[in-house]
Amino acid sequence: MSFEVRQGEILGLIGPNGSGKTTLFNCVSGALAPTAGSIRFGEQEIAGLTPDKVCHLGIARTFQIPRPFRKLTMLENVAVAAHFGAAKRSSETEARRRAREILDLVGLSSAPGALTTTLGAGGLKKLELARALATGPRLLLADESLGGLDSSEMAGAADLLRRIRRELGITIVWVEHIMATLMRVVDRVVVLDHGEKIAEGGPRDVAEDPRVVEAYLGEKVVLA
Amino acid sequence: MLALRNVTAGYGAFTALWDVSLDVAAGEAVAVVGPNGAGKTTLLRVISGMIAPRSGSLAFEGTPLTGRPAYEVVARGIAHVPEGRRIFPMLTVADNLKMGAYLKTARRAYAESLERVFALFPVLSERRRQRAGSLSGGEQQMLAVGRALMSRPKLVLLDEPSMGLAPVMVLRLFDLIRRVREEGYTILVVEQNVRQVLKLVDRAYLLEAGHLKMEGRAEALAEQDFVRKAYVGL
Repeated sequence: MSFEVRQGEILGLIGPNGSGKTTLFNCVSGALAPTAGSIRFGEQEIAGLTPDKVCHLGIARTFQIPRPFRKLTMLENVAVAAHFGAAKRSSETEARRRAREILDLVGLSSAPGALTTTLGAGGLKKLELARALATGPRLLLADESLGGLDSSEMAGAADLLRRIRRELGITIVWVEHIMATLMRVVDRVVVLDHGEKIAEGGPRDVAEDPRVVEAYLGEKVVLA
Repeated sequence: MLALRNVTAGYGAFTALWDVSLDVAAGEAVAVVGPNGAGKTTLLRVISGMIAPRSGSLAFEGTPLTGRPAYEVVARGIAHVPEGRRIFPMLTVADNLKMGAYLKTARRAYAESLERVFALFPVLSERRRQRAGSLSGGEQQMLAVGRALMSRPKLVLLDEPSMGLAPVMVLRLFDLIRRVREEGYTILVVEQNVRQVLKLVDRAYLLEAGHLKMEGRAEALAEQDFVRKAYVGL
């Protein structure tokens, strides 16, 4: 598998369940070492580095199923990420300050002292993004940020990803199954099937590619 | 077959469902749609006996079920496929299915039920010795439905079956649910993918902030302007 993520873009990564999207995220983020090949982040080779090193270099990821620290408050959850995830370890005061800013950005600043157990599906996804952003990444790997959300929450989450790129200048690779929303946000799309890249290009071209329709979409999708 | 009358339910001081009345006839497929936090999952949990309603009543095939424990509800013929599938990841596919047939009457019919489930979902037969956690998302959802069918239910409750599935898998899964229904099972499904689910069911209810706001034939509901804008995303 070979492909490139361009600085400043939002790249959609799609493919059937079991096609290798999460494995790819695992390889980039250091949870899994690739058996062969190279992964470059800027000038640096990162294949085989441990997750903490990859994070300190400026790559953060979110997970399909958010697992926040349930006995910590929202602010503490994000502050932990700010404190340990940044390249240079910050003071606790600084981490908390940074966490407040991030909670504000994702729209969770109303009750920073509340436990995460009070959050619904939409809130948990925002918190998941906040924890990733608190580590100060240049590249964000977002894994199914819309899963389990209703339509209005989806629109909000899509808007948030756009703002993360615009206001923080973060490049984003986004794995998602909700095509109507994904296709409106991304600049380019890479399609995986059975561990191989079967298509790459602009949203419109990819949506019309017969191989993508067959392997992934299942029917023609009309893009607005 | 299933009748809820003025059901109010919640958790602690929080009320999730207000005065909800709903019917499902034998052989029907019915959907409940609505935004997150509307009370859709709570509704299914009340029906399957996971939580007792605070007031109101529910009956299944004419027998009162209000406040009956979940194992009794399963024995009466209602199976619940929970949100997020909740299969046993460390057990094999075959053992997951066996767990679905835990109750006495289901145990006696185990071999026959297994054959029926494998006929509906051949991929589960191919992977019967595999750890369930190693299945793809779509296969895990099939396993969750198959496990429910092993209890020999008449009514199957499905909570967001399409969650986390690729578009092609959503279509395939909904086709399979259609086949499950043709086999004679009655279906009550909660879904976020309103466009697809309205193609599957006969009738749908719209739940909003714990209140039933609308009920109707699926085709008619799909045409309602605000439903289309708010939930179908067209």
